[in-house]
Amino acid sequence: MSMLKFLGKRLALSLFVLFGLSILIFTISRILPGDPVRMALGSRAPQWAVDNLREQMHLNDPLYAQYYYWLTGAVRGDLGQSLFTRRAVIEDVREFLPATMELALSAGVIMAVFGILLGAVSGRYSNTWIDNSVRIFSYIGIVTPSFVFAILFLLLFGYVLNVLPTMGRLSPWIARPPVITGMVSLDALLSGNFAAFGDAIRHLILPAVSLALGGMAQEARITRSTISDNLRKDYIASAKGFGVPERLVMFKYLLKPSLIPTVSILGLDFASLIGNAFLVELIFNWPGFSRYGIHAMLNKDLNAVSAVVMVLGVIFIIVNILVDLIVAWLDPRIRLGAERGK
Amino acid sequence: MNYSRNTLLKRRAEGFKKGWYKFSRNPVSVLGLFFVLTVSFLAIFAPYVSPYPTHASRFVNFAEAGQPPSLKHLFGTDVFGRDILSRVFFGFRYSLMMGVVVLSLVVIPGVVLGLVAGYYRGTWIDTVIMRTTDIFLAVPPLILALAICSVLTPSVFNAMMAVSLMWWPWYTRLVYGLSSSLRTEFFVQAAEVTGASRSHILFREILPNCVSSIFTKMSLDMGWVILIGSALSFVGLGAQPPIPDLGTMVADGAKYLPDQWWITIFPAFAIMITVLGFNLIGDGFRDLFALEEV
Repeated sequence: MSMLKFLGKRLALSLFVLFGLSILIFTISRILPGDPVRMALGSRAPQWAVDNLREQMHLNDPLYAQYYYWLTGAVRGDLGQSLFTRRAVIEDVREFLPATMELALSAGVIMAVFGILLGAVSGRYSNTWIDNSVRIFSYIGIVTPSFVFAILFLLLFGYVLNVLPTMGRLSPWIARPPVITGMVSLDALLSGNFAAFGDAIRHLILPAVSLALGGMAQEARITRSTISDNLRKDYIASAKGFGVPERLVMFKYLLKPSLIPTVSILGLDFASLIGNAFLVELIFNWPGFSRYGIHAMLNKDLNAVSAVVMVLGVIFIIVNILVDLIVAWLDPRIRLGAERGK
Repeated sequence: MNYSRNTLLKRRAEGFKKGWYKFSRNPVSVLGLFFVLTVSFLAIFAPYVSPYPTHASRFVNFAEAGQPPSLKHLFGTDVFGRDILSRVFFGFRYSLMMGVVVLSLVVIPGVVLGLVAGYYRGTWIDTVIMRTTDIFLAVPPLILALAICSVLTPSVFNAMMAVSLMWWPWYTRLVYGLSSSLRTEFFVQAAEVTGASRSHILFREILPNCVSSIFTKMSLDMGWVILIGSALSFVGLGAQPPIPDLGTMVADGAKYLPDQWWITIFPAFAIMITVLGFNLIGDGFRDLFALEEV
């Protein structure tokens, strides 16, 4: 019951946050100096065409009326028209979002799995050479901007070693598998096209790893510190004293509770991962939502910019709710509805 | 009054000395301090220490364009024949300026809002402030900063404003957590029953207990803000050429990869060293103050 109540509260708060975010981004996108319509149509377009489009986009109405039109549209799934692709923004979202999700999810999995693994090993064998190398790796991962990783990988694996593809999602000679989810690798797998699957995975590696490294370092660091703290606690010593098998102590008694802080920041790390996707997609020419977003921003495409921010807002809220659920599952104090003690 | 003030100052000085001793015993923190001091020195004295100070702005010498690192140009030259080393030194200026300006703009409002919201926990003040921060924190700062920059004319100044607008909620959230737990402490209650004013309680009782956390966060944030600033320049929404911003330099050089790798790689390393320095110091503070929440 308490879990349901918790979830309900989270959902209500999320709706409020989205509403606030919509006001924020709407205000930001409409205070811009200059005329977006003029920019979109070009300086040689006749005045009547500009006036028509302005009228059509309600740009002559007061701000609150514009917001009302925009919001009522957005609730129905109509995010307006992109001034540059000249399509409904929602169609652009549908086309570009899966590519970014494919990238972000693979990077997220790499980040979580390897981050936790490295952290756990480092914490278990703290102050050995393993631990020290993991810590040095963490520092490098944290301070290196993902676009620098991307460029370094591009140079090293793409040009010097020439072992991995660096552009796009599939090699040009491989036919794109039928669209099921929009994620090329998954579609290839679902349609049983293993050649395309292999190729898609090879294309994914460099961008996904450059995106994952920063968060991975963060996760490794946090997992390490909780594991090495918990390792010194009495309950571990007593479990060992009772003769509980080492493996059980490590995984059930040590790892599970130690993951709570790691998972709690997983949501944040995933957020910065999607933020960085804006740069990494640009470098690897990945035809995704973030690259679309950057182009929209550089071209002052208002509807597209607002849509990009809102869609990402929705994604984060979902991710954070998932993270909360996982934390609640890991932490019986929350699951059982008890007050969370210090 | 005078006497107690003196002893207070003396005690503070002793505490500072002790803190410095502990900080300086940690080789990693000292390394961080060394990086930060070196970068700051190079940034401040860039016109004097860089071998070709005129190369920092509009300067063209195609005779020396695209040269690999050599004794004459330690980091090589870019496509306009400008010395990369000199441009990196000047680039430090923009990175540090980004961090300093953004933090000096956001820390005070962020901290005050957090103090107030935490002290009035559970009232409408808390709700208004903290739900507003939730909205700002719903999307990663880089994306909102990009969105804001996109509607403004790209420039160093506008990039700073955009990042500042996105950054204050982190301080509000940090201080909120601290101040909402501190307000139930005995010393705060004691101040309340003796009739101390609200501003006294907030700024003289609660705030001093948050300072170490705020300080640590600031040192770590210097690194993050510099990273975000370089990312904005990288996509072309921050500093504009010919300003020698490190992010812009990385982006410009990326066009000439892999042949002229030095144009990209050295500015990229310069960003990493700067961020690393601030991070190591921040970690040193965190260990020193035994903080968990930052």
